Amino acid sequence: MINKTIRQSAWLFVVPVVLLVAFNALIPLMTVVNYAFQETFGDNVFFWEGLTWFEQVLNSDRFHDAFLRQIMFTSIILLIEVPLGIAIALSMPRKGPWVSVCLVLMALPLLIPWNVVGAMWNIFALPDIGLLGYSLNSMGIDYNFTQQPISAWATMILMDVWHWTSLVVLLAYAGLTAIPEAYYQAARIDGASKWAVFKWIQLPKMKRVLTIAILLRFMDSFMIYTELIVLTGGGPGNSTTLLSIDLVKLALGQFDLGPAAAMSLIYFFIVLLICWVFYTLMMKNEKQ
Amino acid sequence: MTKIALQNIRHSYLGSPQTDGDFAIKHINTVFEDGGAYALLGPSGCGKTTLLGIVSGLISPTSGRILFDGEDITRVDTIHRHIAQVFQFPVIYDTMTVFDNLAFPLRNRKVPESDIKARVLDVAKMLDLEEGIHRRAASLTVDGKQKISLGRGLVREDVNVMMFDEPLTVIDQNMKWELRSKLKELHQNVRTTMIYVTHDQTEALTFADEVLVMYEGRVVQSGTPVELFEKPRHTFVGYFIGSPGMNIFPCQISGETVEFSGLPIECDNQIQGIRSLQDSQAITEIGIRPEYVRFSNQGIPVRICRVDDLGRHQLVHVEHEHHAIKLICPEDAPIPEGSACVRFEKSRTFLYADKWLAGEGSQS
Repeated sequence: MINKTIRQSAWLFVVPVVLLVAFNALIPLMTVVNYAFQETFGDNVFFWEGLTWFEQVLNSDRFHDAFLRQIMFTSIILLIEVPLGIAIALSMPRKGPWVSVCLVLMALPLLIPWNVVGAMWNIFALPDIGLLGYSLNSMGIDYNFTQQPISAWATMILMDVWHWTSLVVLLAYAGLTAIPEAYYQAARIDGASKWAVFKWIQLPKMKRVLTIAILLRFMDSFMIYTELIVLTGGGPGNSTTLLSIDLVKLALGQFDLGPAAAMSLIYFFIVLLICWVFYTLMMKNEKQ
Repeated sequence: MTKIALQNIRHSYLGSPQTDGDFAIKHINTVFEDGGAYALLGPSGCGKTTLLGIVSGLISPTSGRILFDGEDITRVDTIHRHIAQVFQFPVIYDTMTVFDNLAFPLRNRKVPESDIKARVLDVAKMLDLEEGIHRRAASLTVDGKQKISLGRGLVREDVNVMMFDEPLTVIDQNMKWELRSKLKELHQNVRTTMIYVTHDQTEALTFADEVLVMYEGRVVQSGTPVELFEKPRHTFVGYFIGSPGMNIFPCQISGETVEFSGLPIECDNQIQGIRSLQDSQAITEIGIRPEYVRFSNQGIPVRICRVDDLGRHQLVHVEHEHHAIKLICPEDAPIPEGSACVRFEKSRTFLYADKWLAGEGSQS
């Protein structure tokens, strides 16, 4: 500690990670920024456009619609998955051989590749040959997710709930099992009802894991792409075109690189902003 | 206000217990008189917490009955037993204020809000929790939280018995003294029956009027701290209570005399002890507390091994034919060097058969 030698060569050790981060994050991001402020006609010819693309995206009805759809989708799945996840976690056994059975069953949907989830649900829901679609139609319910926006939305939400509720369940379950037995015993002695136990013991003790669950589900659902492009491809019409699908259409379908780059950045900041707001709100009470 | 009787309680955590070893509580018969302060003292795993759970109704005993004032409540649910319990670490409702925490048991019992307020403020005053009573309970220090756990029992007027499961384990040393005297003071004020579980003899002996020493699923002796010290009924009590514990040596019986490595030793319970041993194959031992072993001119020849200065007295380690003997001498007493002789005070020397005080029976 006394003979501190200063050797600048130590910096060499961080070079690999600097390069890695540069190539997988910084350079791509800066390329996007580059496109967002300029117009290009190929051949690496660029013209400065300033905030034009941003204004164009922010003022377009198309972006507004996709954004609203996105907010609606995320709100609906959060409203379903979080309470449902907690309810399932509460009803899972805390001890015994069934614990591992339940955990494995719960983890299964999370292990399936995302495009497979989309394909599974697509076939499952097909009105003529899919088990779900065919059953619904033979029960007299007019259901065709390839043509009716409402059916498409229902299928999309059902798929996401099936795929991702498990994540909330597993996190909530982890929070529940961490509660010492003495809390339940004390509550019994205090004469607390089941609801009081949930409200004053289980929910507060699950708060941290639920914060994580909500944040993860928010971010993932806000950026959902793979399952959805396979299931509906954004249709019928634009009815299930959420932000990421719209972005891909804009960037790769129409090849409007400038507006697409501007939209990417706006998208990125929206996610960042909402996460920050969420986190601040949920952690506010913690510090009191 | 209730007298609690435990009758022939046995409990096993296994589905179908076969041998005695399968039972966490082997056989317990005891009575907690109304308004008494009791301590259950014993090492980890002796069944103290299980016994507490049986009284509180959190555990249903494998066999036996629990009576509250003569009424069998063995199958009655915790909430209808009207008990209060303080756990090893503080159990508080984090998101509630101190006030709401204390009011919680009353609100669950649908007590009118005006009564709740008076009662809670009363208890908060008793426990010095008035300051910051409307702050979040989570912001309190650990001893403050433990006071809340205690307070949730005190606010209720219907409490039959208050139970403490090693409540000071997580409390700082200096706060321990304060909380311990607070508990004693509370007991004098509220006069509820209190049962205090601990493995710390100081805690048990300062808190309780009567201490039940538990060992391997049985109550081996119950009595006042003085009784436990003066006349241990089981070698474990001798070993566990006192610092250091009792000296215990193997001995032989020949005719009417008790011999310790060939030397005759006189015991307090010699006559009835030896009579009770007729024809039995019991393992015999003698026990004597270090306080009652003295240096003398004649007696058991010993070699002095070590002297520990413990401030107000000296602890002398001596040896007689590989049997280590401990003596406690006053701080200014001269300690012989090399070799010497020691004598056991007759009225403090006891004969044990299979670990139980000979001639006194071994029921629990």
